[in-house]
Amino acid sequence: MSIIKVENLGKKYIIGHDLNAGGAFRSRALRDTLTHTARGLYQRLRHPLSPNVENTEIEELWALKNLEFEIEAGDRVGIIGRNGAGKSTLLKVLSRITEPTTGRIEIDGRVASLLEVGTGFHPELSGRENIFLNGAILGMTRSEIKAKFDEIVEFSEIERFLDTPVKRFSSGMYVRLAFAVAAHLEPDILIVDEVLAVGDAQFQKKCLGKMEEVGKEGRTVLFVSHNMAMISNLCQTGIVLNEGELEFFGQVSDAVTKYYQASNQRDAAHEREFKSDAAELLGAELIGLSNLSDITIHDELIVRMRYRIKKQIDGKCVPNFHFFVSDGSYAFVDSAKDVTSMPPGVYCAECKIPRQFLNEGAYFVGVALTTYFETGPWKIEFFDKNALTFNVVDPMDERSNRYGYGGPIPGVVRPQLDWSIAKESQ
Amino acid sequence: MSKLVIEAGKVNRRYFKDLMSYRELFLLLAWRDVLVRYKQTIIGVAWSVLRPLLTMIVFTIVFGRLAKMPSEGVAYPILVYAAMLPWQFFSNTVNEGGNSLISNASMISKVYFPRIIIPTTAMVVSLIDFLISILILSTLMVWYQHVPTWKVVFLPMFLGLAAIAALGITFLISALNVKYRDFRHVLPFIVQIGLYISPVGFSSTVVPEKWRLIYSLNPMVGVIDGFRWAIIGNTPMYWPGFWLSVGLALLLLVTGFGFFRRMEREFADVI
Repeated sequence: MSIIKVENLGKKYIIGHDLNAGGAFRSRALRDTLTHTARGLYQRLRHPLSPNVENTEIEELWALKNLEFEIEAGDRVGIIGRNGAGKSTLLKVLSRITEPTTGRIEIDGRVASLLEVGTGFHPELSGRENIFLNGAILGMTRSEIKAKFDEIVEFSEIERFLDTPVKRFSSGMYVRLAFAVAAHLEPDILIVDEVLAVGDAQFQKKCLGKMEEVGKEGRTVLFVSHNMAMISNLCQTGIVLNEGELEFFGQVSDAVTKYYQASNQRDAAHEREFKSDAAELLGAELIGLSNLSDITIHDELIVRMRYRIKKQIDGKCVPNFHFFVSDGSYAFVDSAKDVTSMPPGVYCAECKIPRQFLNEGAYFVGVALTTYFETGPWKIEFFDKNALTFNVVDPMDERSNRYGYGGPIPGVVRPQLDWSIAKESQ
Repeated sequence: MSKLVIEAGKVNRRYFKDLMSYRELFLLLAWRDVLVRYKQTIIGVAWSVLRPLLTMIVFTIVFGRLAKMPSEGVAYPILVYAAMLPWQFFSNTVNEGGNSLISNASMISKVYFPRIIIPTTAMVVSLIDFLISILILSTLMVWYQHVPTWKVVFLPMFLGLAAIAALGITFLISALNVKYRDFRHVLPFIVQIGLYISPVGFSSTVVPEKWRLIYSLNPMVGVIDGFRWAIIGNTPMYWPGFWLSVGLALLLLVTGFGFFRRMEREFADVI
């Protein structure tokens, strides 16, 4: 059963000419409106027959366009996209902070949204008072907060400072208290913006654990992050937004792949240059892909990079490829073998990924050139972390060595090693 | 829990139900504002005592001693202070409430709740100040040995009228303040003028009879006259003016609320 249903959702912002920071059309000064109206009136009087000239200073911006999707109860949904793709606007519309310009949303449950850490915290009030205040702002009732008070305090690890005004808190304590309150929300739908980016690593881990727990309890979670590892860990479903439009909705691993592909194309298009004073990246490509980005586990793949050495370098320039899996963690790194010194010129470096080596999944390739000197530290000439991406699929044929098993086979590698089985006794 | 439907351009039908379910937040926010105000206890309380007291002294000297205005047969400080009570309540609500959305901007852009809660909480703080002022007035009355009559039981009714007028204007101004940020600078000026055109420093009996009804177009005239009628006891009440004030205050509340609801939709985008 779908818990959130979005139809033809759009959100338009009006962008003014005299923008202040942030770019959105903020509040106008009354003075501007008055002078503007007066000027318009004056123009009317002077040229009563001229057409009404629309204000050209104003521009429309659709932060969201024609979004359609349905989210099932209990889904954990990751929303990804570049900056300005509309992620935060979508969360704001879903949590009723702002109204949509077009379309319709049906929500079947209690929503709590966490778009900022410690919304409504008052610096003059004590930790205890702020727990009640923040809880109420996030939608908890007083009795709920009372019932969970001890748990919240314990989670936040600030027992000793409960009666200290939060303005005396360190930023770490502040964040911990704020999260502790948020973590004990029990809505049907939890909407979380990129708030986990703050706080120390250990506490982040604790929060992630808590969020996973929330998901396991059957609550629906909508989660925005730039951290693909977090997204893939936490969510099953992914939504990719691109310039306000729904680019993809489906399996989270596919969504992550889509996102990386889009960002690769963008890098190429935006001619972001990877170079140093001594070398530059000219291009990178994959050879052997069946369609846009797929190979099967039985295919070989060649990764190729072209680069120019611009001047004599008195070290060894070693091309290397970095392979990442979809959550952003490393699969492996490999550097070229037996490199000798390279005189200036254009080079092409290739490396072959053997068949039956990588497991199913999305991979990202970073291309880099590193100079190693006889003595002293090495130097990275360039490193394009998201140069290429490909997808390995299992065609599930007889070579796949599955014996009819259709489920996922875990692991980054999927070698077919040499086996021998010998009968030893009856 | 019934299904929530958000549709572009449609009015939220559950608005009042929402308001009910957020009443705890209203109480907590009011509690926060009161707490913050009186956290630095000495300054907080002293300020709410001193301000009306000083204004009262100035008015007593200027209107009572220098201009020799009539005092309705009561000590001039009591005449002034009886009017200062509702005026202070009204102007504090409008001042605080008018800027309340801006000062809570981060909350408005980060979480949903019926926005009307915010300007309304400003009234709760003003109410606490009002109660403190009642104590001061009682002290004054003991000092001048003035005994109120039975009419004093009607005081809450006039306070209610002040609240209605204050809320209506607060809704209007707070919404305007979000859209037109420099309105903030105009607001204290308007409130200041209000103090002089309302019968705070003088009795409204100085207004010629034929102008009384027009003078009552200011809802605070009805409120202040009512306070004096209830507290001083022997001042006559100009009832037609009072009912006009009631009507206008209600009209203000309805239009203020309607305007607020219309503007509310874009608060988060604009603030």
